[in-house]
Amino acid sequence: MSWLRRNGISVVAGLAIVYMLLPIAVIIWFSFNDPAGKYNFTWVGFTLEHWKNAFSIPELNDALLTSIELAALATLIATVLGTLIAIALVRHSFFGRRTANFLIVIPMATPEIIMGASLLSFFLILNIFSLGFQTLLIAHVMFCISFVVVVVRSRLIGFDRSLEEAARDLGADAFTTFRKVTLPLLMPGIVGAAMLSFALSVDDFVVSNFNSGTTVTFPLYIFGAAQRGIPVEVNVIATILFAVTVAAMGFTVWQQRRAEQLAAVRPEQETEPFAGTPAFPPAPGTAGG
Amino acid sequence: MAGGRRLTPYFLLGPGIAWLIVFFVIPMYFMGRLSLYSGTLETGFSFDWHWANFSDSLTLYDEQFLRSFIYAGSATVLCLLIGYPLAYAIAFKAGKWRNALLFVVIAPFFTTYLIRTLAWETILSDQSPVVDALDTVGLTSSGRVLATGPAVIAGLTYNFLPFMVLPLYASLERVDERLIEAATDLYASARTAFRKLTLPLTMPGIVAGTLLTFIPAVGDYVNAFFLGGPSNKMIGNTIQSLYLTQRDYPAAAALSFVLMAGILAIVFIYIRFAGSEALMGEEAEPAGARA
Repeated sequence: MSWLRRNGISVVAGLAIVYMLLPIAVIIWFSFNDPAGKYNFTWVGFTLEHWKNAFSIPELNDALLTSIELAALATLIATVLGTLIAIALVRHSFFGRRTANFLIVIPMATPEIIMGASLLSFFLILNIFSLGFQTLLIAHVMFCISFVVVVVRSRLIGFDRSLEEAARDLGADAFTTFRKVTLPLLMPGIVGAAMLSFALSVDDFVVSNFNSGTTVTFPLYIFGAAQRGIPVEVNVIATILFAVTVAAMGFTVWQQRRAEQLAAVRPEQETEPFAGTPAFPPAPGTAGG
Repeated sequence: MAGGRRLTPYFLLGPGIAWLIVFFVIPMYFMGRLSLYSGTLETGFSFDWHWANFSDSLTLYDEQFLRSFIYAGSATVLCLLIGYPLAYAIAFKAGKWRNALLFVVIAPFFTTYLIRTLAWETILSDQSPVVDALDTVGLTSSGRVLATGPAVIAGLTYNFLPFMVLPLYASLERVDERLIEAATDLYASARTAFRKLTLPLTMPGIVAGTLLTFIPAVGDYVNAFFLGGPSNKMIGNTIQSLYLTQRDYPAAAALSFVLMAGILAIVFIYIRFAGSEALMGEEAEPAGARA
């Protein structure tokens, strides 16, 4: 009994971990299933058939390609717009800064269904945009921007500005300094933000459900297929996506650590008079979130 | 030149903020406007301050509204009960496993939302061993879990648990363990030390976590769609089908508007009750760092 009292928290935590991992295990496990009917809900037997023919369903492939194309474009636009906002918010004080901050936070705190419904209302009344890829792109950029701002801003806050001053002192103009010093140092934050945008966009269902018209993305395909039975290939692709995301995340963490090491070493060597300052900004990346 | 520099932030902000105003703020206005239209898909819709949309849809769908708030509230409480010990264990007991456990917490995000909800449909389906086990313990009525309220709540809890654990972990990690040691050295029991020290110190995390869980959960319709039956529909399901299947746009917009107002009201009351500094303590720090 006293054992339970001492380890109660660890027991609950362990159960919680099982709870979090169980569905993922089921997704991977059922990608090897050989279902009897069209419903992949009960385990029948092991087969590699669906892994061999992972890309044999044309509608699924089209949906996947649409999702990737949409996510790539949305990521590109949202990352550029969000990074510019983050720079303005951290580097400049100006009239309307609070309002801008507020406008960034609100979309993240709004339920997706409200965003989807209001955008659809807007598109229906205005009647300028036809529902489809373009309205999806508009929506995805909209909900990605805030996340980009948050990630890039946290990187900017822990930024050692003496490096930029050094570049300017050595005769670089503002643009060259930005391109050769600021941007490379910001890169880990920007890459992280872009990956987050891409993940949010590929995974989005609710907002897309409202604004897709007849365009079908990967989640929308699953939703449509759910009523008539999900093909096992969906599990295969989900497993592949899971593996790719895990690998990509591992890579970013590794790259970020490396960039941090570089950033931590350089100021001491190059700006000797400010030797005390590098310790001042909190270690970047703690805010990577 | 000086004037040009003063305009720089506006040039930087301009495009992104414009995107948010045009495609986030203005659509809210249009949703409000649409909720005051009258007409049907056949006769065409027109704007004529049709306030009855609100009272009609509220009386028709009050049950779904109530259910959404109950389901989301239950899921939030469950998330807190599961998430707090988990975050606590990761922060204080995990040692070198800390990063691995944090990875596990966000791992669900690496699979598609719909697919992991469908995985729950598999886990809770009638023939599943999990349901058999629950049945033998006597936790199910009639041997069924799928298409019941608890199944929807379990799905919501699962899908939004990371939103609870991460802010809780962030605030627990900042608690100085020496304070707890000092308290126990001064003869506080573990329970008292937790109640007087850890709990108040992690209040910002609790407030942030419950809001981040409750707000998306109350508008969700995916879990009720896959895991619930016809009598477990949430307001999100109603809004979705009114917009996309029945195409009764004015009623759908009115419901969305009421949902948003309801959420805002609850959040407002909650923050008043929990103390606004509990939430702002988290927010103000990064935002004010260079203000």
